[in-house]
Amino acid sequence: MSLKAFHLIFVTVLSSLWFGCGIWKLRDYSATHGSGTLGFGIGALALGVATLVYGRYFLKKLKKFSYL
Amino acid sequence: MDIPYTVKPRPDTGLYNAKIGMWLFLASEVMLFGGLFSAYIFLRVGAPAGTWPHGWLNVTLGTINTVILALSAITTLLAWVALKLNQFPRYKVFHALTILLALTFLGIKSYEYRDKFLHFEVQLKDGRIADGHMVENKRDADHIVLHGHYVENRAELMDGHTKGKEHTELKIPRADIKRMQNYGPAHNNFLGIYFCLTILHALHILGGVLVIAYIWGPGSKMWFTDPERYTNRVEVSGLFWHFVDLVWIFLFPVLYLT
Repeated sequence: MSLKAFHLIFVTVLSSLWFGCGIWKLRDYSATHGSGTLGFGIGALALGVATLVYGRYFLKKLKKFSYL
Repeated sequence: MDIPYTVKPRPDTGLYNAKIGMWLFLASEVMLFGGLFSAYIFLRVGAPAGTWPHGWLNVTLGTINTVILALSAITTLLAWVALKLNQFPRYKVFHALTILLALTFLGIKSYEYRDKFLHFEVQLKDGRIADGHMVENKRDADHIVLHGHYVENRAELMDGHTKGKEHTELKIPRADIKRMQNYGPAHNNFLGIYFCLTILHALHILGGVLVIAYIWGPGSKMWFTDPERYTNRVEVSGLFWHFVDLVWIFLFPVLYLT
């Protein structure tokens, strides 16, 4: 497995982390109404979207590189 | 005599020597961290209700460190891509950024450790507990000064999410102290496994930085004599770096967010 393939796994896990944290904290917000919880939730979702956008860019840029 | 397959892949494995060596090493690393994660799960599941701490770690610093490591994974990939495209100066910039980001991560982690070692739980002879950061602790003085608050029992300290009483300067006579302990690894099981996992991870970061710094600095002469092999070295160091970053992505939610 090349660095490209491992980076793809990394980006997938990272975006899952951000989306997971975001959804979890926003659900938490509905119970606690803490401004910090809301901020963290929105921030984490924004980072998740940014990671996905980067992932698409990286895949396009490294089209010719092998996965092995 | 040349060692075969240092640059070209072996026909049977499809990989060059260093890459297969690195994957075998990473397999052993998965077992090492996997064992410690299992230890964490067993300690947590086995903890009596109300004794496992929540919210003791600084989520803001943990999040910043997660972003820093994610950026360093991107820069290490871009460094490898730059070499593949024959752009040595660009490679130098991206790998230097990787080193800087890693050192920033270690700096923030050191600050977090310092904060824990300065945080004290002081049990008083009247049964109360003073909890806070040490301000003054002179050996010859008959008192200590903490910036913190008093609680009636330890259970009140377990949930760091709930806003406690306002912190003030507490002057405590030494004669009133029954026991005093900082928030180091010996404080409780949570801090024990927290320090064990994060120090081991930080040592991996340090090791990675040393290797990357060598490849970036004195080792970069190889680019001018054997560029393909040098590019492979950068790729293999990138594989290790991505593994270390992945470990942190699991450590962060487990330790900081639960």
